[in-house]
Amino acid sequence: MTFAQALLEALESLNGNKMRSGLTVLGIVIGVAAVIAMLAVGNGAQASITGSISSIGTNLLFVFRGSPEGQGGPGGSGRSGNNIKPLTLSDANAIADPFAAPSVEKVAATLESNALLTFAGENTTASISGVSPEYFEVRNIQLAEGEFINAEHLLGRMSVVVLGPEAAITLFGHADGVVGETIRIEGQPFRVIGVLVARGGGAFGSEDNSSYIPFTTAQSRLIRRGARDQVDVIYVQAISAEAVPQAQEEISNIIRQRHRTPVGLDDFTVFTQADFLSIFESITGVLTIFLGGIAGISLLVGGIGIMNIMLVSVTERTREIGLRKALGARKKDILLQFLTESSLLSLLGGIIGIMFGWLIAYIVGQVAIASGTNFVPIVGSDAIILSTSFSAIIGLFFGIYPASRAANLEPVEALRYE
Amino acid sequence: MADWVVQAKDLVKTYKMGEIEVQALRGVSFNIKRGEVVSIMGPSGSGKSTMMNTLGCLDRPTSGEYILDGESVAEMNDDQLASVRNRKIGFVFQSFNLLSRLTAVGNVELPLRYAGISEGRRAKAQSALEAVGLKERMLHRPYELSGGQQQRVAIARSLVNDPAIIMADEPTGNLDSKVGKEIMSLLLNLNKERGTTLIIVTHDPNIAEQTQRVIRLRDGELDPEYDENGKKIK
Repeated sequence: MTFAQALLEALESLNGNKMRSGLTVLGIVIGVAAVIAMLAVGNGAQASITGSISSIGTNLLFVFRGSPEGQGGPGGSGRSGNNIKPLTLSDANAIADPFAAPSVEKVAATLESNALLTFAGENTTASISGVSPEYFEVRNIQLAEGEFINAEHLLGRMSVVVLGPEAAITLFGHADGVVGETIRIEGQPFRVIGVLVARGGGAFGSEDNSSYIPFTTAQSRLIRRGARDQVDVIYVQAISAEAVPQAQEEISNIIRQRHRTPVGLDDFTVFTQADFLSIFESITGVLTIFLGGIAGISLLVGGIGIMNIMLVSVTERTREIGLRKALGARKKDILLQFLTESSLLSLLGGIIGIMFGWLIAYIVGQVAIASGTNFVPIVGSDAIILSTSFSAIIGLFFGIYPASRAANLEPVEALRYE
Repeated sequence: MADWVVQAKDLVKTYKMGEIEVQALRGVSFNIKRGEVVSIMGPSGSGKSTMMNTLGCLDRPTSGEYILDGESVAEMNDDQLASVRNRKIGFVFQSFNLLSRLTAVGNVELPLRYAGISEGRRAKAQSALEAVGLKERMLHRPYELSGGQQQRVAIARSLVNDPAIIMADEPTGNLDSKVGKEIMSLLLNLNKERGTTLIIVTHDPNIAEQTQRVIRLRDGELDPEYDENGKKIK
């Protein structure tokens, strides 16, 4: 018997038992679709997080107070050897020195806090940052309307605010045409001078709810810190992506010198985008493997379903097998016949499952778009190849036992079977 | 020297039923000429079925020699036996044993498929169906045919490979007597026209009467009360 004939016979046989074949295929369909959809969701999450981290700003570094190992940290104890010095404006100015840190392009020190924003009875709690004009360049922030905070605002400690789009919508109901209005922050009046472009979720949650006021205004009137000159985060832009590790090194050296910390006991942390990326990539990687693994289990269950049905089929067709042997079928003919049937079941399930999984991924994407989340599931060719070959292997593997049982039936016994 | 198609010598078949050994055949010897019509008779438990399975190459004898159409079969492995069954033996069963998924012509084609014949397969199957008078029912499935018609399809299947012998196991057992007669005369006619050796296993004396010779078995041996032509020794 040639393979084409075996295929034809398998089709005839599966067609003769439509209900049973359909249900068996369904097991594989669900398994493959789940693998495809889950991997797509995992890949999509990874791409979306990677994308939003990149959108934070180009070549960006962050300098925080506290050591990366978590000893001390902000508000840590003042014991000797564990003494955490705050970051100050002078630290920021030292980093900005082009001779001490040639890889640094721009520096922006900020004070960050949460504050109550009110306008005509509407109120919202938003994060407030006291920033300098460089901040908008360093963070790669775009204006929807109005202007950024400039040197004049800074010098005059003026009560002006640049609103994030979400904060603007909460207060005014819309994000456009609000420049010139006056809102209150913690009860003090601030004039709105600009509104930012919506960016969606970022590494620190949504930044669309953030609002920005001049650094000096924040320092003197809104965000008081223990030490004079103290800042919360220093944002640093490196001259290029390649210079980021170099800049990290330079910044660390400068602050170590200024804080006089012993080697290995830094009281600050320099974080790069690459650090964020690798953290989130490993998180989403684990997530993807986890989702894919769960989906893989359902594929395995589908395979066991195939084996079950094939065993029933072999028992049910014992007489047929006996007859075929009497007519001259060899062991390998029978083996081929049943293996073809089980492989065909899983192949069919694989193909339908791919389409179905694609559909699920698409629907998840549409739901995400409808709910305003920047998230597109990605059906990768690797997922398709993986699940198809996995389901084909499952069809073969779980088909071998029933098929060999059929092939090894004694013709006399099989013919006598009722 | 005669043209023997079946030469069986000292055939012994022993089954193991758990601890006990059951001897189904205890040394049976006989020959069958090419073109002969022979019936094998005997009460149940006489070794009739075992004889049929052995002659049909579905099973190997425990000992003894069996030469079918010049090929020594007793020592062959499973695949070689399958090939012998395919080329040299056509089976007709009591319960027809047609595949319900396939059409009449599809069923008749089955032995050709296992023989690896693809060219002219349909034509050969059609002419076999024509020979049994079922040309118009070619594309019907078994459940659309009467019992007699189903057995005709089975007979067409048995002769499509031009076998040396046709083994018929109670071919009329599931049919009423009128249709049974038609089937018997069809088998006998095919034997006359084609010269194919016909071996019928039966317990019906009326059928045995229509054959040229009766091989009677009793307790796994040739019945000593009858001579080799099946005539009672007085």
